[in-house]
Amino acid sequence: MTFEEIQQRLAGKFGERIGALSPANKDPFLVVQAADIVEICRYAKEDEALAFDCLMNLSTIDWPKRNQIEVVYHLWSYRRRHAFVLKVQLDRAKPEIASIESLWKSADWLEREQYDLMGVQFTGHPDLRRIMMPDDWVGNPLRKDYAEQAQWHNITTTRDNSLEGYVRLDELKKKAAEAAAASKKELPQ
Amino acid sequence: MSKPLEVPTMDMENKEVLRRIEISGDMLLNMGPQHPSTHGVINFLVQTDGEVMKRAIPEVGYLHRSLEKIGERCTYNGYMPYTDRVDYIAAMFANQGWAMAVERLLGMQIPRRAEYCRVIACELNRISSHLISVGTMAMDIGAVTPFPYALREREFINDLLEELCGARLTYNYLRIGGVAFDLPSGYEDKVSTFLDHFEKILDEFNRLITYNEIFIKRLAHLAPIPAQMAIDYCLVGPNLRACGLSFDVRKALPYSVYPDFQFDVPVGKGEVGTMGDAWDRFWCRVEEMRQSCRILRQALAQLPKDSQIMGKVPRKIKIPEGTEAYSRIESARGDMQYYVVAGPGENAHRVKIRTGSFTAMGIIDALSRGLMIADLVALIASLDVVAPEIDR
Repeated sequence: MTFEEIQQRLAGKFGERIGALSPANKDPFLVVQAADIVEICRYAKEDEALAFDCLMNLSTIDWPKRNQIEVVYHLWSYRRRHAFVLKVQLDRAKPEIASIESLWKSADWLEREQYDLMGVQFTGHPDLRRIMMPDDWVGNPLRKDYAEQAQWHNITTTRDNSLEGYVRLDELKKKAAEAAAASKKELPQ
Repeated sequence: MSKPLEVPTMDMENKEVLRRIEISGDMLLNMGPQHPSTHGVINFLVQTDGEVMKRAIPEVGYLHRSLEKIGERCTYNGYMPYTDRVDYIAAMFANQGWAMAVERLLGMQIPRRAEYCRVIACELNRISSHLISVGTMAMDIGAVTPFPYALREREFINDLLEELCGARLTYNYLRIGGVAFDLPSGYEDKVSTFLDHFEKILDEFNRLITYNEIFIKRLAHLAPIPAQMAIDYCLVGPNLRACGLSFDVRKALPYSVYPDFQFDVPVGKGEVGTMGDAWDRFWCRVEEMRQSCRILRQALAQLPKDSQIMGKVPRKIKIPEGTEAYSRIESARGDMQYYVVAGPGENAHRVKIRTGSFTAMGIIDALSRGLMIADLVALIASLDVVAPEIDR
């Protein structure tokens, strides 16, 4: 099935809750409401014609200007060999969405990763804890306004710039030549 | 300048993972992070009752180098060397995934000869990656001899790849829009000489280890994965095909010039044990090397004679903000996916890399229940996880 056919099938089931596909883009996607995500995903998985048996990717995008965090679901069907992309737009201050771990087990680790790096709360996830960063790390690194903490358990996270205060040899020579020229000019007076 | 060194104290009470396990007469083992058989820096928290595991919880992140964040700060071309580090054993594929995603953003075609160069580089890389995988897997379960045999063959490929791009690890040969260099003179002959030699070695390898009685007894029926479970956990590549599902991105969603080639997709058949067991995963990799040889021979024969290896790429790549592209390639560790959203300037707004090792690690917790501790080592090796590819 093509993207349009999948969108129409979803619209046939959910009616007005399914909007139009994204404007002409390289890869199309469908934006849905956060409250509907589990229901739509369950239908997409269990419907015989759609048969999305695999969640192949789950990512998040931070949009500070729009004050949004987008959660992107890439679905794939091994039985029907077609793909679909769902997007959910969340409030940047309090990103929270229902977990789909109960539908696809691969969502377990993928959601943990986004919780860790982007700070999205997946409600209903059985084991939501950090995966890449240490448990007591502060902040979510993939946020656009993320500022790294200066140290972690007395281990500094920055290094001195060894090139600071470093002057190139040719610049030193240039300075010496300029100084010599200046002292020569001074001599006749 | 010199502060007295303070030893960091970890508050173990707050370590969520440790708290989650109720220790009631069970032993809690930390396997890793510096364990020789975990293929990199991974920690497994193993809850055991004697030799039998109740659970093994993978703890990853030791090699997290924030490659996705770096991708947001580099220019599109500048990120290319970083992608090598996603998967250092099969770096060509990480290059190709990134190049294809950006080419898709630009909406450009690349010259045919460059596509062939890419296929030759990638398939050589696939063989060398699988050699590491099967060699270390044999070593992990106690057969030390096959490992140097596999590494010896890998050295020949390293020589070939070094001639191509100058590096023996973290190869960086592909560029956005084509490849960096044309094939050196006489390269076709060198590769076909190697293939003549290597195909015999593969048969020898099969006699030495794959169909070895002890090896089969050790691995048959070990940690079989049903196909439905593999799909649910999003296993990819040889791990998925070993479960009996014939899915190869090169065949199912053809990219590059793969439609030009005749090759088979090896699928696990449960020849000596249960379908989808550790032996099937091993066998799939050995057979894939043979198929890669077939592809290489055809690629060398069909190589276009012109000399154009770079398409027309703008000096400064600027893509309208918010445009997004998705690329899927068949890496040595399976379906590797790049999700790229373009930013306002010369760099991406978001780069997400979905790798095969990451999802393969997610299944270990579920599979480990009831296995022996020694089998955990075989399970990790049979899934062919590479630590930097998990953590990125």
